[in-house]
Order: sequence, then structure tokens, then C-alpha cells
Amino acid sequence: MSGSRLALGSGRSAAVSGIWPPPWRWMLRGSDTAWAIAFVVPYVAVFAAFVIYPIGFGLWMGRDPALYGLLFSDPLYLTTAINTLLFVAIGVNVQMFLAFLLSGFFLSRSWWVRSLLAIYLVPWALPGLVAFTSIHFMLVTQWGLLDSLWRAVTGGDGPLFLVSAWIAMAANIVSYIWKWMPFWTLVFLAARMAIPRDIHEAADIDGATGYRRLVHVTFPLLANVYLISTLLSTIWTLGDFTTVYFVSSGAPAKLTEVLATYGFHEAFDFGYPNLGVAAMLSALPVLIPLVLLLMRRVRVTGVQL
Amino acid sequence: MSVTYDRVVRAKPPVTVGSGSVQAVRRRRRPNYRLRRYGMEALAVVIGVLIAVWSLLPIYNMIIISLDSHDDIFSGAVWPANPSLESYRVVVTEDFWYLARFWHQFGNSFYVGLSVMFLTLAIGSLASFTIGRMRIRNGWMLSNAALMTYVIPASFLAIPMYRIMQIYGLSNSLWSVILALTTFATPYAIFIFSQYGKSIPMELDESARIDGANPWQIYFRIYLPLMAPALVAVGTYALLLAWNEYLYNFLLLSTPDSMTVAVALAQFLNSDESPWNFMMATAIIYALPPIILYYGFRRYMAAGLTMGGVKG
Repeated sequence: MSGSRLALGSGRSAAVSGIWPPPWRWMLRGSDTAWAIAFVVPYVAVFAAFVIYPIGFGLWMGRDPALYGLLFSDPLYLTTAINTLLFVAIGVNVQMFLAFLLSGFFLSRSWWVRSLLAIYLVPWALPGLVAFTSIHFMLVTQWGLLDSLWRAVTGGDGPLFLVSAWIAMAANIVSYIWKWMPFWTLVFLAARMAIPRDIHEAADIDGATGYRRLVHVTFPLLANVYLISTLLSTIWTLGDFTTVYFVSSGAPAKLTEVLATYGFHEAFDFGYPNLGVAAMLSALPVLIPLVLLLMRRVRVTGVQL
Repeated sequence: MSVTYDRVVRAKPPVTVGSGSVQAVRRRRRPNYRLRRYGMEALAVVIGVLIAVWSLLPIYNMIIISLDSHDDIFSGAVWPANPSLESYRVVVTEDFWYLARFWHQFGNSFYVGLSVMFLTLAIGSLASFTIGRMRIRNGWMLSNAALMTYVIPASFLAIPMYRIMQIYGLSNSLWSVILALTTFATPYAIFIFSQYGKSIPMELDESARIDGANPWQIYFRIYLPLMAPALVAVGTYALLLAWNEYLYNFLLLSTPDSMTVAVALAQFLNSDESPWNFMMATAIIYALPPIILYYGFRRYMAAGLTMGGVKG
């Protein structure tokens, strides 16, 4: 965590010199300092007890280099790492790109698009456990809904989704996109609505419509939001547990685990908590640069989600 | 959009070409535009139908499984042959051994959700008041701490958190879940509150100060009432987060009396012969509060996203 502290320092000037008027002078009085301390104590206590302590504890649990030797010698770990990479790379990028396009669609003011937006956001409000279990049931046997639909349309039997590792992994990714794309669409929608009208009008007069407007006007204006959302989503997806745990539950034969579920199973099913922690710590070389980049971007641009 | 463009094109005086050829171009173009508009409209409807099917298919699946009677599950029908509400009766009357304490667990979920909401609002608003309004000297450290917590995936902290809750003597207590989830909800609260707080004039605090109010009175009488929209947005967020969360609930709560609905629901997956219709009925009842809450406070939650200042 010393690395992140370095980046934290870089945020100082941006955080203090704001658009606000100069600090209150009354802060200098003794009793007010006492109030200020009393006000931040709850947050500092929670942060110390439930963030700093677990992080330290986790690093201590995964301190033994032998753990990593054990980890890397497990062929399933390699599969898991590749799965995680695919899950993050495909899931995040497809989700962001579609969310960006769909936010343009939902910009329409007609009544039916507005009510469609309400429906479209349901996956986001639904508990992950519920949604993903339902998707699991759609896939798991040849009598699930998807196979029934397949049979109704083509007459033949549908594929067994959770028997092929590729299809199962694809199902995980699609489910993840299903659950989280609405949230990012909403973020982009808010960002698009914040674009001043006259910019679009000017573009209109200059003849930039449709595709040209999207590429040359809207996207450059949203590039920053897009980048920060992508970074944030990458970090969250890297640690996603619920999707894979319920949709494919590792089937077939644990070939579709990701790091979060792999570590979970090592720790709580096989009783090697240190190995589980080590599996998650092995993501740090990817996670830390992403976090630093994100924190810097957020500080520099002032975009917050 | 195309209407404006049409008008602009028509209003534009012919510059290089003769007026005759412009006439010809216009005559050829106008129906073209109309055709394109209808095409766009049709395309929009097709996209709309696809989005609706895409969003609702898993929900439809839940509904048909919950309406199945036990023998009919996976008969491969797209709509159950004998739809019945029997599963819902079983859930509501706790008539199955996985569901023996269902309403108690439902209460637990509410208890956890409301506690997380209350704690998040209290801790978050106090912290952001001190950072944003009282301007304490090292406030930037607090907001960076919040940012750091926000970007750490919760699942990566699960194993050490499990151990730590045992050390704190909170294992199998609802408070372990409440505290863990409050930790993960507070950073978002601090962001939204500090963003929103900027819109409240500092002069209010200063004049209250001159009138002799102490920081607590300024916080409670001025800051909190003016922050009401942000409080609603963050409160909804925290409640949804706590209600929908699974991993920490599962790890930290293990006995039927301490379980929340999420944990009880996932128990069905332990055995292959579980009645899935009961499970899906439970799932639908469990999903109703967040859906209702979400539709009730949608305006505020969307405002929360905009409040977050996506102003890149």
C-alpha cells in the first residue's frame, strides 16, 4: 500500500485548493477542533478496523513465497487466471461500448423509450443472487427455458450450455453484461445530458449528424467519463464473485472459475485460507496500477462516480 | 434532428450551383429523408423490442418456474401447463424446511439494510461535513481513504474480513455484516455528500456561526436539512447494497436464526433435488423490496448519479 500512498500525496493540492471560499477561521478555536475530531472519529474508526486491518491481515496471510509456488503449480490456477482475463477484457469492453451506444438511444424523449428505460434498469435493481440463479436455471439442463425456446423455434434439441467450458464462460460474461450494463448506460446518459445543447446545435449547422456527430462531437466530450468508467468497471469486474459463483458455478469441472471464486473455494471449501488469499493477492500486479491510474485520473479531472 | 437539418438546407441560399440544380436535388432528397426517418423509427422499435426481451427473459424464467407445480419443472414448456400459486403459499406459510424461518430472515434482511443505511448516512455525512464545511487540515487524506476503499473489490477482502470478525467476536452476528457493508457503502456517501455540499452556500454556516451556533448545531440544523435529496439518494443506495449483497452475508452468517434471506435462498442450491419452484418464489418475494424501492426513488437515484458530477 506504500505505492498508493505516493499517489495519494499527488492529490493534495487538487483536494484543498477548490472553488470554495477560504477556510473558516473558527477552526482555530479549541472547542471546534474537538468537534471536528468527534465528527471524523466514526469514519476513521471504521476505516481502520474494516479496511486497514483486513488489508494488513490479508498481506500477512499471503506473506509466504511458498504459497505462490504452490499456486502457480496448480493447472487450475492457470485456467482461472486466463478466465479472469477473458472475463474482464471482454466483459468490460463490450459492456462499456454497448452502454455508450445505448445511452444515445435512451436520450430519446418519446414516452415508450422512457418506459423502456425503466424496464431496462430492472437487472441493475435485482439482487445478483436472484438474477444469476435464474440464468443458471435457464442454462443448466436441457429443459431450461433457453433450450425450450430453441426447441420451439428449430424443433431440434438445444446445446447443453454448461458442458462446454467455452459456452459456460460466454454465459458468465453475457450475464455480467446483462446485470451491469444498465448502470453504465445510466452514467453515460447522465453525462450526455450534461453536454450543453448549443454544442449539438453548432454541430448540426456544420452538417455533423448521425455517425459523424457521434464520433467527432459526442465521443470526445465523453472520452474522460468513458475512460474513468472503464477503469472503475475493470477493477470491479476483476473482483466480481457473484456472477461466476451462480451462473456457471465453475462448471464444467472447475474450468470456468475466476480469481474471486477460486480463492473463495480454496479458503472455505478446501480449508486453505492462506492459499485463497494468495490467489487474490496474485491479482495485485494488475490491480495496483489500475487503482493508481484511476485515482490520478479522478483527482486530475474531478470526475467522480 | 433531421427536421432542423432540413430547414437549414432549405434556408441556405444557393452559393455555387445554379438554383435549378438545387431544386432538383431538393426534390430528390425530401422523400429520401422521410423514408430514412421511417427507417430509423422502425430500427428504434426493433432495438426496443430486443432490449425488452433481453432485460426481461431471466425474470420471465423466474416467474414460470415459480408457477410450476413440482412435477412439471423442466417439462420443457415455454409456459407452465398448470400454473399455480402453490409455491408462493409454501413460502408465505413457511411450509418447507429451508423456509422454516423465512419471515424471521426477512426481518433480519430489513434490520441489516436499515442499519447499514442509517450508519452510512450518519458516518458519511459527519465525515463530509468535516472535510467540506469545517475544512479540517488533513481532509484530503480522508477523501483519498474513501476513494481507496471505493476501488478495492470487496471480494478480495472477504477472507481476512471473515477472520477479523472472529477476532472481534462478531462471528454469526448480524452486526458483522452491518459493519462490513457500512464500510463499503460509506465512500460513495462521502463523494456524493461532498459534491452536493458544494451547492450549499458557505455564508449560511458563517452567519449561523456569528449567531453563536456550534458545529453540531450547524451540522444538524443547517447542513442535514439542506442535504435531504443527497441523503435520500445515498440512503437508497446503501439499503439496496445491503439487501442485495450475498458474499458477506453468506460468510458471516450461518445459523437459520441469524441468516438473511440471501443466505437462506442460496441454501436451496446445496442439494440437487431442491424444489426450484419454491426457490424461485422465494427469490421473487426477496426481489420485490429492492424493485419497489428502486421505482419509488428512481428519480433520486438517477439524480445521485448526476450529483456525482459526471462532468468530464
